[in-house]
Amino acid sequence: MTSSMPGFAPDSEPHSVSSIMRQVLYALVPGIALYVWFFGFGIVINCLLATSVALVSEGIMLRLRKRPVTPFLTDGSAVVTAVLLALAMPPYAPWWVTSIAAIFAIVIAKHLYGGLGYNPFNPAMAGYALVLISFPAEMTTWPLPHMLSEMRPGFIDSAMIIFADQPTGALKLDALTGATPLAHVKSELGNMRMVSEAVGAPIFGMLGGKGWEWLSLGYLLGGVWLLYKKIIKWQIPVSMLAGLFIMAVVFYLSDPEIYLSPVFHLFSGATMLGAFFIATDPVTAATTPLGRIIFGAGIGILTYVIRAWAAYPDGLAFAVLLMNAAAPTIDHYTQPRILGEGRQ
Amino acid sequence: MSQTLWQFHGGLKLPGHKALSNREPSIPAAIPERLFLPLQQHIGIASRPTVKIGEKVLKGQLIASAEGYVSVPVHASTSGTVIDIGDYPVAHPSDVDARCIVIEPDGDDVWVERRVPAQCDLLGPKAVNDMIRDAGIVGLGGAGFPSHVKVNEGVENVVDTLIINGAECEPYITCDDRLIRERADEVIAGASLISRTVQAKRCIVAVEDDMRDAYAALEKVLIGDIELAKVPAIYPAGGEKQLIFTLTGKEVPCGRLPIHIGIVMHNVATAAAVYRVVHYGEPLVSRYVTVTGSVVSPRNMQVLLGTPVGDLVDQCGRPDGPPKKVIMGGPMMGIPVQDERVPVIKTTNCILVTDALERGPQMPCIRCGDCVDVCPVNLLPQQLYWYARAQDFDTAQDLHLFDCIDCGCCAQVCPSNIPLVQYFFFAKSEIAAEEEARGSADRARGAYESRTARLAKDEAERARHLQQGDIGESRAKNDRGQKKAYIQAAIERTKAKRATAREREGSPKDNATVGPDRKSTPESNE
Ligand code: SF4
Ligand code: SF4
Repeated sequence: MTSSMPGFAPDSEPHSVSSIMRQVLYALVPGIALYVWFFGFGIVINCLLATSVALVSEGIMLRLRKRPVTPFLTDGSAVVTAVLLALAMPPYAPWWVTSIAAIFAIVIAKHLYGGLGYNPFNPAMAGYALVLISFPAEMTTWPLPHMLSEMRPGFIDSAMIIFADQPTGALKLDALTGATPLAHVKSELGNMRMVSEAVGAPIFGMLGGKGWEWLSLGYLLGGVWLLYKKIIKWQIPVSMLAGLFIMAVVFYLSDPEIYLSPVFHLFSGATMLGAFFIATDPVTAATTPLGRIIFGAGIGILTYVIRAWAAYPDGLAFAVLLMNAAAPTIDHYTQPRILGEGRQ
Repeated sequence: MSQTLWQFHGGLKLPGHKALSNREPSIPAAIPERLFLPLQQHIGIASRPTVKIGEKVLKGQLIASAEGYVSVPVHASTSGTVIDIGDYPVAHPSDVDARCIVIEPDGDDVWVERRVPAQCDLLGPKAVNDMIRDAGIVGLGGAGFPSHVKVNEGVENVVDTLIINGAECEPYITCDDRLIRERADEVIAGASLISRTVQAKRCIVAVEDDMRDAYAALEKVLIGDIELAKVPAIYPAGGEKQLIFTLTGKEVPCGRLPIHIGIVMHNVATAAAVYRVVHYGEPLVSRYVTVTGSVVSPRNMQVLLGTPVGDLVDQCGRPDGPPKKVIMGGPMMGIPVQDERVPVIKTTNCILVTDALERGPQMPCIRCGDCVDVCPVNLLPQQLYWYARAQDFDTAQDLHLFDCIDCGCCAQVCPSNIPLVQYFFFAKSEIAAEEEARGSADRARGAYESRTARLAKDEAERARHLQQGDIGESRAKNDRGQKKAYIQAAIERTKAKRATAREREGSPKDNATVGPDRKSTPESNE
């Protein structure tokens, strides 16, 4: 519909879907740059791979569903989904795992639910959860930061690992990979060790894991920029981080030898990426102001619960999907009081 | 004068573009070749012609009389000859024609005899109210609700605060600004007159804080204990419920009228018009109109009602190049004009010539919540949209569809370019039609009370359309008898409804927050 009708812009440029998506991608740049610095080029290849697969899937689905291809293909939403998916996955996961996740995200989680704006579940997290459950081995092989592995795979090496499952000559895949800090603590605790012993391992840095803590800071920086640009709203990130933090404080104070420190929780795993980039996906989040707070807090709390007591070292993806399912209900019960409502 | 102000939820800081048109003093617009005076320039029932084709009329002469209580008469805006009474294009969201009295001016602009009461400062409420009604005065801010009904409400109830609304919040529009600067004394005298008539305890004249000259002009002529207030220039600061909240911190309960909490509000131009009828015996025959946008010399004009908008565009300098869009009203709530013969009516505040207002293709709602943050009523526009689109009108009403004031803030910020207000209008008119068909509004009656006027308007509208089928040559259809019966029934229902409404609350209803109607068929490319 051409808008010859009112409600149109007197030249203050409002956001458009594609400008929102573009800015989200810009905001990811610091995180991705640090990722490359600490863990090599794998993440770049994974992002490109996921993006290509996602765009092809998107195009095919739009054709099949007889939707206008150009506006939707260029809205940037598929690219954001793909990049977030890639950032959530191990950077050297085999190409077919990434591809399956991307196809699932776009075809099933997005388009079979009606496409942009209609999908109840975060497509990136749905794709991630599928491959995490289906291919646990591939999905738990994480790289070590370059100061520990003493190597930083370049573009070619990364491509070889991802597409051919082995690096060139000198590099050894085994030397490159190790447990993530969260996974390490989980397995150490499983072996009846104390947190204080577990975090003595060389993979730990000041705030979280070596390297990983910097990624978290990179995402945090991008997230703050998004807040500043008013692309995302404060409620979800703040309440999610608060939910996670408060849970962590309570249990840490109850027994610091069994429970990790709150700061460690904030700067490990997908916390920052999740808080600013994943949980804030508007389509699948709650939309009332109070609802967003409940939604975010729920993700934070569930993430903690899964990290502390479930089988998975990180729980963000599942926490997001669970809260996605709750979002319509949350919205229903958190309608704001309108002007004049309940007044006599 | 400093006072406590309250801040309503949401709203938008919009680029005002006011300087474009408010620098120059207003000038009278030329008398056009033809004047088209619609019988319905107000909310309520259309008026009934009292002149015949061929009759000579004088400026200010009654040419159509009020039909019932919520209705006002129409007067000739200049002297001349009535050359037709028929269907002509008017500004309407559905682009329908409406019945107009067409006058061919004689160019002499001769007034009918104007009667001024001997001691106009001592008139009783009844006398003032009758004068207001007989002068055909309606809410000149854009709502178009008959002013005498509101004044009468004030007379019959205890009025705590009378607010004279000069908070001209929509971009581009400066007619109230100019009017205040040029006729501050009339505004203040009118305010004082209305205040005395409704026996208001307080009277506040409010402008936006960027209308400095207007404020200064008012300050100079301030009389009695009338207060002045500056409110922040946040759209829609001049919305009835928004302004009441900003000034008093009081919320008009949902489905109720301001008088329910002891408040009466009139527009500054209305106040000036009231003054002019009481002191000069002048009925409403002209008004200030802002002609702005890409015309060569944007400005304000004093325009005779019935003047075709095309004439005004020509007088302000038609822009070169391909024809531009002409919008009656502002960029947020205006109606696009398809035919330049469309006349200026009592509620026309602005003619905006532009085509800088196009939006990109409509995308699906991504639930970003931007619309929620800006809604001045604190509604959930995206949810309303969802249910309006799904034609789930019950849920839409549970979400307070009818409290939407059509301000357009939500659509303005929507990154998906969704014409949200059109969907809301569509839903509202569907529901009104449903209620109409059912003949009762027993469900959620509370929510409807304040809409009586709106429904009355809708009914009148429908009746009028059918009448056109009956009278208009082009619209003659076969089932005339049936239609006549229908019209009769509709009018009866309206009367009955109004009667019950008055019984219930002891006063007739108003809904001055009714925005202009919009196209009723939203489409989607999703
Ligand atoms: S602003 Fe538009 S896209 Fe965003 S939630 Fe509202 S309707 Fe949906
Ligand atoms: S048009 Fe209605 S829903 Fe939209 S912002 Fe204005 S009041 Fe709220």
